[in-house]
Amino acid sequence: MSEPEEPRAAGDEDDSVTAGGAGGAGGGTRDGHRAAVALLPAVRADDPHLADAARHPRRVEAIVGLCFLVGIAGVAAFGGAFVENADTQVLAGTLFVGLFFLGFGLTAWGKYLMPQGPFVEERHPLESSARDRQAMAAALVERTGIVVKRRKLLGGLLATGLGIFGIVAAFPLLRSLGPKPGSTLFKTNWKKGSLLVDYYGKPVHRTDMQVGGLLTVFPEGKESTLTAQAVDQAVLIRVQSTTLVTMKGRGDWSPDGYVCYSKVCTHLGCPVGLYEQELELLVCPCHQSMFDVRDGAFPVFGPAPRPLPQLPIYVDSEGFLRAREGFDQPVGPGFWERTTEGNGKASAT
Amino acid sequence: MALTDSQPRTRREARRKLGPYGRVQQAINELDERVGIAKGGRSLLDKIFPDHWSFMLGEIALYSFVVLVATGIFLTLYYVPSSAQVVYHGVYKPLDGQRMSEAYESTIDISFAVRAGLLMRQVHHWAADVFVGSIVVHMARIFFTGAFRKPRELNWTIGITLLILAILNGFIGYSLPDDLISGTGIRIAYSILLSIPFVGTYLAFFLFGGAYPGHIILERFYIVHVLILPLIIIGLIGAHLGLLVRQKHTQFPGRGRTEHNVVGSPLFPQFAAKTTGFMLMVTGVLGVLGGFAQINPIWQFGPYEPTKISYAVQPDWYMGFLDGALRIMPSWEFTAWGHTIPWEVFLPAVVFPGLIFNICLAWPMIERRFTGDYEIHNLLDRPRDRPKRTAAGAAMIALLFTVFAASSTDVLANYFHLSLNAVLWFFRIAVVVAPILAGLVTWRVCIEMQRVPGAVQRKRAMIVSRTPEGEYVAVPAEPRPGDEQLELEPEPVPLRIELEPEPVGASATTAPTDEPGVRRVTR
Ligand code: HEM
Ligand code: FES
Repeated sequence: MSEPEEPRAAGDEDDSVTAGGAGGAGGGTRDGHRAAVALLPAVRADDPHLADAARHPRRVEAIVGLCFLVGIAGVAAFGGAFVENADTQVLAGTLFVGLFFLGFGLTAWGKYLMPQGPFVEERHPLESSARDRQAMAAALVERTGIVVKRRKLLGGLLATGLGIFGIVAAFPLLRSLGPKPGSTLFKTNWKKGSLLVDYYGKPVHRTDMQVGGLLTVFPEGKESTLTAQAVDQAVLIRVQSTTLVTMKGRGDWSPDGYVCYSKVCTHLGCPVGLYEQELELLVCPCHQSMFDVRDGAFPVFGPAPRPLPQLPIYVDSEGFLRAREGFDQPVGPGFWERTTEGNGKASAT
Repeated sequence: MALTDSQPRTRREARRKLGPYGRVQQAINELDERVGIAKGGRSLLDKIFPDHWSFMLGEIALYSFVVLVATGIFLTLYYVPSSAQVVYHGVYKPLDGQRMSEAYESTIDISFAVRAGLLMRQVHHWAADVFVGSIVVHMARIFFTGAFRKPRELNWTIGITLLILAILNGFIGYSLPDDLISGTGIRIAYSILLSIPFVGTYLAFFLFGGAYPGHIILERFYIVHVLILPLIIIGLIGAHLGLLVRQKHTQFPGRGRTEHNVVGSPLFPQFAAKTTGFMLMVTGVLGVLGGFAQINPIWQFGPYEPTKISYAVQPDWYMGFLDGALRIMPSWEFTAWGHTIPWEVFLPAVVFPGLIFNICLAWPMIERRFTGDYEIHNLLDRPRDRPKRTAAGAAMIALLFTVFAASSTDVLANYFHLSLNAVLWFFRIAVVVAPILAGLVTWRVCIEMQRVPGAVQRKRAMIVSRTPEGEYVAVPAEPRPGDEQLELEPEPVPLRIELEPEPVGASATTAPTDEPGVRRVTR
């Protein structure tokens, strides 16, 4: 049973009176636990910050009391506001008044009505003696030596077992989280003959768009699933310029001034959603990469490293736009397995 | 011992059995007999907290985390982590008939249909921003005062880990509503994963359960955001504070303060009162921010669709430095031997933050390398007394601030009517120049400040008055007590505290003993 009050030696009291923190005269630390001694008046008048409070404790009490009353009113009002399903601002206002004033009062109570030291506490070195350290090291090293070294085979078997478990555990924890990438990143749903449809699944006719117009298109049948949209999305633009620069071999990819590019930014995959009509630039709002629509969507500004892949299109016998083929390269940002194919710079033909 | 013997027969006896401190004593007795808490407990109540204001920064972090947990639990009651598509027919009419994920629908419902839901959502978001912010400022105080030196390197490391986890969890939480802006953020995160050489595509596919966007990512983010990361953070905060109690606080040098003591207020009751009050105030302020300062109005952005994009794509502030780094990086993609390394992404979004955080983690070691200082330090440095460290810190802040500001190149270009190209090049140059300049200037200022005599002395107030003739004269004010005596001498922690404050005069006499063993101290 611990004594409620410690029997105290006369010497301690003297310590407390002289109370020099520096040498640690106060707060005797017999057998490691604190036995502090002094009883102080609540607030010290010799601290310039606290002198007023020390002289007029009643005044401080009144202020703290007032804070608490306002706080009580606030939290009660918050309750009322909640029951009434009041506006967010009312809820927030009452909550603020309640908590802030309760908190402010409590802080003031702690600061102005409770004895303010400064109080001192001794710091004892955390480290053990050299002997203790050695004893621990010895225990570890010697015991391991005795137990393990003589039975190397057993230790080896155990280590093998745990090691295998570690590798095996990686399967449920890591491998089964998702499929291997395989060729997924190289593919879209565009293929030979895919009809270009808009967001609502309506096919695009050659007469549908004004010069200067822009439309987001998908391969027919895939316009409504998010995962398909994410890779298939393409922009169809009817360019104004008569001087379309195309890459070698792309001469017939843009019938009637229609060009179609992947809408996935080659920087980080944001949809290239802005079209600067006059300059005929596609702009990615994420990091301002700009792609020149007249020049094979070559990046003319910003961090995007590659042109937007172009979708070869043609006008079928009924006047609807269709893909000649899929994209000739993966769409979107770069990745390790991506090959260099189709990366050439657009060149005038 | 027979039971009946210990059975009290009279009330008086019962009271005596409780001991002089009544039920509290009894509870402590019961506990102590089983787990032995009295000695350590008393010691904990006496733990000294330094009174300097800068020690409050960590508390802001702690209390905003408490608010995050509380509001977060509220949100879990209504949020639906599902990317299943539904058609909206709820109370918010402008979105009526739109296709959206259940996650977005439930977040709209929290904002408009759940009682106090919008308040909780916005307070949660504000608390996250304040949480990360206060950790950063707290970390700056630890850094510039050298509180990370031996023996506190481990706590510094835990702190940085907390910062990283806080940023990560902030980003993941931001993604949960599945609105247009956050969805774009997820898309960018996926592309950043793709950019990692060798393993990037595998990492991305494993995390997303296949190609982007798939239909599992919100569910995975959800469990990470509400359970896994918070548990780790709670554990680390526990370790952080546990180490703090074991190693005790650092303190600024001053009268009566040495390497071998701590001067301040004891945990109970002074610090407990002040800090509990502070917690309530922090909560109140976060509440008022959440109620009056709109944050992340997802109903304006619309639901996420991979083909749509909002013009104002802005992440939360603590992701700004990544966004800025991505913007000012030139488009250096490397392709050879049938492989691609997208340096324009990998460098700014993976290598750069990796370097920054690793430098931070290793800083105590790096500094030790240079100073050869392997001593234990409990007294803090004044930043001006360590010009090189302070300069290094200032350079780091300048670097991060520059890349952060670079995340708004487009806004700046619009606002100042400059070409985007000019702004871009300004930041590319600034990112090199600003840190060097900031470091040099800071170093110089520190050296100058060391030379100012009496820099530690408190300034005497001057009273400026106007004479009837219209002349102004400045007279030094009466010296106040604190002017001569910068700091009070510390006292040992009191055994008991008297409830009624003494009038000033009364305590100035020699103390009579009220009770054996208790003395009033004269000052
Ligand atoms: C979840 C985030 C964090 C919380 C809740 C937290 C909380 C605290 C609190 C309440 C203290 C008490 C002293 C003070 O307020 O200064 C403290 C001390 C400390 N913190 Fe943190 N902190 C966090 C993050 C960090 C970070 C990011 C660092 C540094 C990179 C850090 C390094 C330290 C160190 C070294 C101490 C002990 C130093 C001393 O006593 O002066 N903490 N922390
Ligand atoms: S994602 Fe298009 S510029 Fe970055």
